[in-house]
Amino acid sequence: MRTRIAHIASNTFREAVRDRVLYNLIAFALLLSGAAILVGQISIEIEKLVVINLGLTAVSLFGIVIAIFIGIGLVSKEIEKRTLYTVLSRPVRRWEFIVGKFFGLAGTLVVNTFFMAIGVFAALFYVSHKFVRADALILVALYFIVLEFVIICSLALLFSSFSSPLLSAVFAFSLFVIGNFAEDLRNFAGMAHGFSRWLATGAAYLVPNFSAFNVITSIAHEQPVAGQLILQNTLYALFYATMALSGAVLIFEHRDLK
Amino acid sequence: MKPRQKVTMVAGACLILSLAASAFVLHRTDRLRPQATLDEVLFLSSPTVIKRASLGYDGLLACIYWTRAVQYFGYRHHSFAASYNLLAPLLEITTHLDPHLLVAYEFGTSFLAPQPPHGAGQPERAIELMEYGIQNNPDNWKLYYDLGFVYYMELRDYKKAAETFERGSQVPNAHPFLKVMAAQMAQHAGEYETARMLWSATYQTTQDKQIRDNAVEHLRALRVDEDVQHLQEAVTRFGERTGRLPLSMAELVAAEGLAGTPVDPDGHPYKLTPEGRVELRVPDDFAFATKGLPPGYKPRPKFHSPQ
Repeated sequence: MRTRIAHIASNTFREAVRDRVLYNLIAFALLLSGAAILVGQISIEIEKLVVINLGLTAVSLFGIVIAIFIGIGLVSKEIEKRTLYTVLSRPVRRWEFIVGKFFGLAGTLVVNTFFMAIGVFAALFYVSHKFVRADALILVALYFIVLEFVIICSLALLFSSFSSPLLSAVFAFSLFVIGNFAEDLRNFAGMAHGFSRWLATGAAYLVPNFSAFNVITSIAHEQPVAGQLILQNTLYALFYATMALSGAVLIFEHRDLK
Repeated sequence: MKPRQKVTMVAGACLILSLAASAFVLHRTDRLRPQATLDEVLFLSSPTVIKRASLGYDGLLACIYWTRAVQYFGYRHHSFAASYNLLAPLLEITTHLDPHLLVAYEFGTSFLAPQPPHGAGQPERAIELMEYGIQNNPDNWKLYYDLGFVYYMELRDYKKAAETFERGSQVPNAHPFLKVMAAQMAQHAGEYETARMLWSATYQTTQDKQIRDNAVEHLRALRVDEDVQHLQEAVTRFGERTGRLPLSMAELVAAEGLAGTPVDPDGHPYKLTPEGRVELRVPDDFAFATKGLPPGYKPRPKFHSPQ
């Protein structure tokens, strides 16, 4: 079982590389090096802040775009090209296919993030000429970004398991936006009464909450991140991704592929 | 030549030519409307809305707005502008997006507070900005120092300045001169002495070359103001004694028993006009001097920062 999942995952990774997904690294490198050189000339005293903020924001946005646009096609493309039938005619369970696809996409994003992280640290060294201990906090921000990717990958797969690529992209991107407003939704629930309170509270817990993952600004100011937050974000991402993947598996298991 | 190569060459030539042509047309269009920039437009003015719309990437957006504020100030300052309508909103958006962006408070205040042509002439907005900064960064003594500086330099409000320096001196690890400044303000000590102390403190507490140069410029201007005031008093005394104005600086020096011909910080002797005014030989070299300037002289705008 593990081998089958690993095979599907590695094929998904290879397919993403063949689709030139990693070309985004070139755009990322240009963006970061351009910013590192230019900002010093057009602004005042924020070179390091810009490199950290821009670098981590770019890592996050590039990854989210990749997660959504690759994730939404993972199942539908296989159905469209009829390659899914070849896969499923072998001793591969439908749930293994979904889980393998998920790990393949998550792996692609981790590799992508790894190279981007090297870029961020290189740009940081270029503007500061040295590293300080607080720069290690950037790794925490990168870790949280990867956790966000894990959630978005699972959501993209969930939507991909029953919807068209276009609708899946709309759903996944909408959830990403809503996820950034999840705390407002919870505050709104606190102010509402009766049925709307229940509804808003339910929605606030159902949509992914991305606000706790966003520590870029505080890390740019060298503010430490609590160990408890790291642990809880890890658990939240794992539980949420498992929930979305389980949904994807349930739908895909019962989907009529004829 | 193969048909495929022909197409490649023609398409390549078309691409380069049309790119050059479009750039040329755009350049001509820009010359038709040279002021068609986004400088005076703020499509979204609510800091709260912008923070929400940032989807959590508020740090990057704050850097972008800060850069825009710097560019806006620099552009208007360079063109001798009398109004800086967007400066305060841009700084408010910046600091709302990232309340810990200290540079936006420190430099932002020095953009906002001084009177034109050195700044926007909005000390009240500068005070609001700095109070917001202190509210979000209560342990940063430099913010209190900058706020006290605005109260003293721009508003001459000694009481508020003393209170602010006193508040700042309570912050852990605050620089000891805040206590001294609080006392100076409380007793309205000599203007030049206090101003010299503030600019010297600014020089000593920053690593930024631009700010250090600026502090040196202010210290030089202070010396000029003080020299000119003393010489002008000497001219008045001479007039009272003799019933006429001195004919030359040499006569004034001899009458007052001065050690030699008084010179400005660059070594140029001060000028005595037939009307009895003491003036600088090269006023352009002292952008912040307020005395010794020829009548109707307009100083060049120059960056002015307390921090």
